[in-house]
Amino acid sequence: MKLFKRLVPWILLAFAFFILPAMANSELFGFSQFRLNLFGRYFSLAFVALGVDLIWGYTGLLSLGQGIFFSLGGYAIAMHLLLVTKNDFTTGANGLPKFFENYGVDNLPFFWEPFWSFPVSIIAVFIVPSVIAGFVGYLIFRNRIKGVYFSIITQASLMVFYHFFNGQQKLVNGTNGLKTSTTEIFGLVAGSDEAQVLFFRITLILLPFAYLLCKYLTSGRFGDSLVAIRDDEPRLRFSGFNPTPFKVIVFVVAGGLAGISGALYTVQSGIVSPQFMSISMSIEMVIWVAVGGRGTLVGPIIGAVLVNYLRSLVSEALPEAWLFVQGALFVFVVVLMPDGIYGWFTKGGFTSMLAAFGIAKKTATYPKLDFDESVQEESFKV
Amino acid sequence: MQNSILDLDQVSVSFDGFYALTDLDFKLYPGELRSIIGPNGAGKTTFLDVITGKVKPTKGNVKLRGKNIIGLSEQKISRMGVGRKFQTPRVFENLTVQRNLELTASPTKTPWALLTKSLSAVARDEVFKIMEYVGLAPYAKLQAGSLSHGQKQWLAISMLVAQSPDIILLDEPVAGLTDDETSKTADLIKSLAGEHTVVVIEHDMEFIRDLGAPVTVLHQGQKLTEGSLEEVKRDPRVIEVYLGQTDEN
Repeated sequence: MKLFKRLVPWILLAFAFFILPAMANSELFGFSQFRLNLFGRYFSLAFVALGVDLIWGYTGLLSLGQGIFFSLGGYAIAMHLLLVTKNDFTTGANGLPKFFENYGVDNLPFFWEPFWSFPVSIIAVFIVPSVIAGFVGYLIFRNRIKGVYFSIITQASLMVFYHFFNGQQKLVNGTNGLKTSTTEIFGLVAGSDEAQVLFFRITLILLPFAYLLCKYLTSGRFGDSLVAIRDDEPRLRFSGFNPTPFKVIVFVVAGGLAGISGALYTVQSGIVSPQFMSISMSIEMVIWVAVGGRGTLVGPIIGAVLVNYLRSLVSEALPEAWLFVQGALFVFVVVLMPDGIYGWFTKGGFTSMLAAFGIAKKTATYPKLDFDESVQEESFKV
Repeated sequence: MQNSILDLDQVSVSFDGFYALTDLDFKLYPGELRSIIGPNGAGKTTFLDVITGKVKPTKGNVKLRGKNIIGLSEQKISRMGVGRKFQTPRVFENLTVQRNLELTASPTKTPWALLTKSLSAVARDEVFKIMEYVGLAPYAKLQAGSLSHGQKQWLAISMLVAQSPDIILLDEPVAGLTDDETSKTADLIKSLAGEHTVVVIEHDMEFIRDLGAPVTVLHQGQKLTEGSLEEVKRDPRVIEVYLGQTDEN
């Protein structure tokens, strides 16, 4: 049974990796290429959820600025793709990405230069967000800013980045964002079915690594220190720990994961735009983690995939309803499932629900007393 | 004369004009066990705050083994060998008892060391010994948050023992404990003295008598008197601050 439990995630992963693309290819059970692509996006969002879980679920710091790192990863890969692709859709007359023509830009902005190289771009996907997270995090944490102030500062930083990217048409095409669906990668058009299956599989290959990295960080005494920071940070200081480097490291890792997430999401959705830095997007990331289960690592993955799948389903049926459903979902989870879906299952929520309907046996704190009829009768008399 | 391990010299702490400590002199010698009593608001907790770096004194010097520690962060002072138990038992509620202890027992407290090295077998044995001694061994795998108040007190003290600092500062270690637990705590603290320097702040006079250590009485941020418990109890000034009037008859 234990072995079986361990194998379940891998079986699911293998199923998603091999069977889903095949199903999409033959349109089995109505599972289309479009659906597969959507699932690829959901899984890519699981990376950023893992990061949010590290920083919020384990360390107790509610970051509302993960969208910054998410978008930076997306922009990094999109800039590379736009530079190296030479076709009529993406390349303008002057050999630069086409959108530059609209603003009369003839010289490539300097920060685009490193993105000619594929390896540099891939590294930039997680290094750039990590470095920025490290810098911002160090300043915040060194000054002992925490709690709601941390959340406000991260959200304000998000707005700063949003307005910068939104306003700079000549540098990053402003509000229109960078379109990747017509670019080429590995000899395939990024928007084609073949490329999308490839991206889907890359996402699924990378996800376990991201999970194991988080597992490694949270399982030992380092992870215990994170929980200790969440529980009682001053107490930890009096034990001789300096919480600042711990928090910076976690913020950096969360930023890096968000970057990878953004890059994978961008190539699968075909565009990166400042909308990724909208306030609502970063708050949604928090909701996925809350719904899936804080501080569990598996929970955020489940949350990201399920909530986004639900979003697609609801939006397809009733386009206006999603925001209400999302709000209701969040309230429901906060009030009735504080440990999220995964926490609810692992902490015996399922059995207690069955017990409430009289299907399973009730669990008892003191079995001898709780199941002793004479004792029960007595307590009713009082 | 032996060198003092801790030396407070004319320390004053003012919170917006209110003096929690006024020109306090205090010396502690290695291996000593010292009790501190005083009515509410006497500045006992502020006194610990100053030593552990939580509060910066407005005036005066605090020296640890001859080195000035004013302005150092809490963690730096802690690493120099000062451990503190708070008034309320503060433990990491979402960690198990064992992990609480293992975390504080870690010799190097940098992220890198915690990530790459596992705790030495010696340190782990030590943790088990401590748990056996204080009777927390059956609860080793239990989350600290689910312990009873008394057990949390014990765990908080155990965490200090695991950390093994030179100076142990205990703020009300027996608050909310049963008589039995209280006398056991007294035994534990007496066994710690000698190897460690221990300061105990307590209201429980029975417990202070059990400890049999020299007593310092604080009142309104100043040292009122010092001596054995019997001497202190006879001091009319002490009677006055505790009872509110001088017993002239």
